[in-house]
Amino acid sequence: MSRRPNAQHAANPPYRLPPPMFDARCQACWITAGVLVLVIASFWSLDLRWAEFVSLDALRSMGRFVGEFFPPDLSPEFVAKVARGTWETLAMSGLGTLLAAVAGLALALPASRHHAGSPAWLRAATRLVLNGMRSIPELVWAGLLVIAAGLGPFAGTLALAAHTTGVLGRLFAEAIENAPPGPGAALRAQGVGSGRVFLYATLPQVVPQLMSYSLYRWENNIRAAAVLGVVGAGGLGQLLVFHMGLFQMGKTATVLAAMLLLVALVDALSYASRRVLTR
Amino acid sequence: MAAVAPHRLTPPERDPAWLRRVGWMLACAVLLWPLLVATEFQPWLLVQPDNLKVTRQFLASFLPPAHSAEFLAMVARETWRTVAIATAGMTLALVLAVPLTLLSTRVLSISALAGRMAALPFAARQAVRWLLIVLRSVPELVWALVFVRVVGLGPTAGVLAIALTYGGMLGKVYGEILESGEAHVTQTLLRNGASRLQAFFYGLLPGNAAELTSYTVYRWECAIRSSVVLGFVGAGGLGQQLDNSMKMFNGGEVLTMLLVFLALVAFADAVSARLREALA
Repeated sequence: MSRRPNAQHAANPPYRLPPPMFDARCQACWITAGVLVLVIASFWSLDLRWAEFVSLDALRSMGRFVGEFFPPDLSPEFVAKVARGTWETLAMSGLGTLLAAVAGLALALPASRHHAGSPAWLRAATRLVLNGMRSIPELVWAGLLVIAAGLGPFAGTLALAAHTTGVLGRLFAEAIENAPPGPGAALRAQGVGSGRVFLYATLPQVVPQLMSYSLYRWENNIRAAAVLGVVGAGGLGQLLVFHMGLFQMGKTATVLAAMLLLVALVDALSYASRRVLTR
Repeated sequence: MAAVAPHRLTPPERDPAWLRRVGWMLACAVLLWPLLVATEFQPWLLVQPDNLKVTRQFLASFLPPAHSAEFLAMVARETWRTVAIATAGMTLALVLAVPLTLLSTRVLSISALAGRMAALPFAARQAVRWLLIVLRSVPELVWALVFVRVVGLGPTAGVLAIALTYGGMLGKVYGEILESGEAHVTQTLLRNGASRLQAFFYGLLPGNAAELTSYTVYRWECAIRSSVVLGFVGAGGLGQQLDNSMKMFNGGEVLTMLLVFLALVAFADAVSARLREALA
């Protein structure tokens, strides 16, 4: 503590100015100004055709477009086709999540430091791979994998699996690193190999967490699988694009309704199960 | 009297739960079968000679990544458009979400101060909530497909799709944030005759501003990612160019754009993390 010598003689402590507010304020005003510039530049640089969109003509064509959705095609054979598409969507999401859980666990092993003394050589490299897989959206993966696996639900399943592997691998690695170290250390002290330490000490402790992460991603993947078909990767999305492309608006409306119903059902189920589990 | 079996002191050689584990795994495999059928899961297709040839050609064309000056200029332009679509969409989403949040927040109800909310305001708030749920549960890709039909190819469809979906999400989460906080100040203001808007600005907003802003910034980051995806149905930006290059099997261009996309996502991630840190 450095104190000016004459301050000690003063009857009252020296009058101090409050800390300059300009700094604190200016960070906020720079950020606000930056956001404003970004917003204005965005609207200015995009050739948004508002005139076309809000004009009477456009509204009329919008109305006509919505009107064409009615009546939806509810003939039994088409409903059966949509039901098959819905099942395909569910199967894609389920299998994709399962594959991702397996692959994620396999990649989480090198991506985590199992005990304090472990060198974890591959940790950084594996995490980089996982981050890359996670940053590419499902739809982009689907577009790439359609080339390798052909059109259809198989490409969609692989796309979901690829993206979700990145997400789950990262979460699994965090879970493994955060597991209580006691049981593992006890086994290791007895000379048990690292594979069996993982299987009998670490894994049983983290399995509930891994399950809850996987279920959460499954829920997300059902929603994602519904639209993956847009690039030809199967499920309801493929039906949607197909019939929309042929201007069969009645059929499009049925597919859309099925999609919304599926999403709403998943939301409601997840909400209800969360309520039951956290009560 | 039957002989008592000698107590075994040595630990079992094998995992005692071995049989049960194998049984569960077999049961799961049986349950898995219909999924494999429905998804046409045929991994051997991947290594079929014809498919393998196409894949190999496509992968081989990845290197070297496209790097001609005009291509890079185009990528830079499209990257900016992607950010611009996300930002414009978020702005419109805010314009949509803020009034809907004000309409639907229960804390700002005057009749609820006396116990139960009156019937009409309750119905109105519930109706707004349902509207938000509907807006949010239609995937943005579907909105984009519909708007591409109505307004044609280009960024307008992307901006509108983001505005509607994110408007619903923001409205719902803003409502949850405002209702989860401390309601005491707001209620005191309302009891003392402040208008609802005054109670919002002087009671509710200062207490929750940091959390609201941080969520908005996080959503902006998500909007950038989804504006790339929207490009795949013709809503402009990086995604549309990526889709074109993929359809033409131009691996070099695909690689460059993927790398730019990864950099963009990492950049948005860093900006949003720093902003949220500054707010916390």
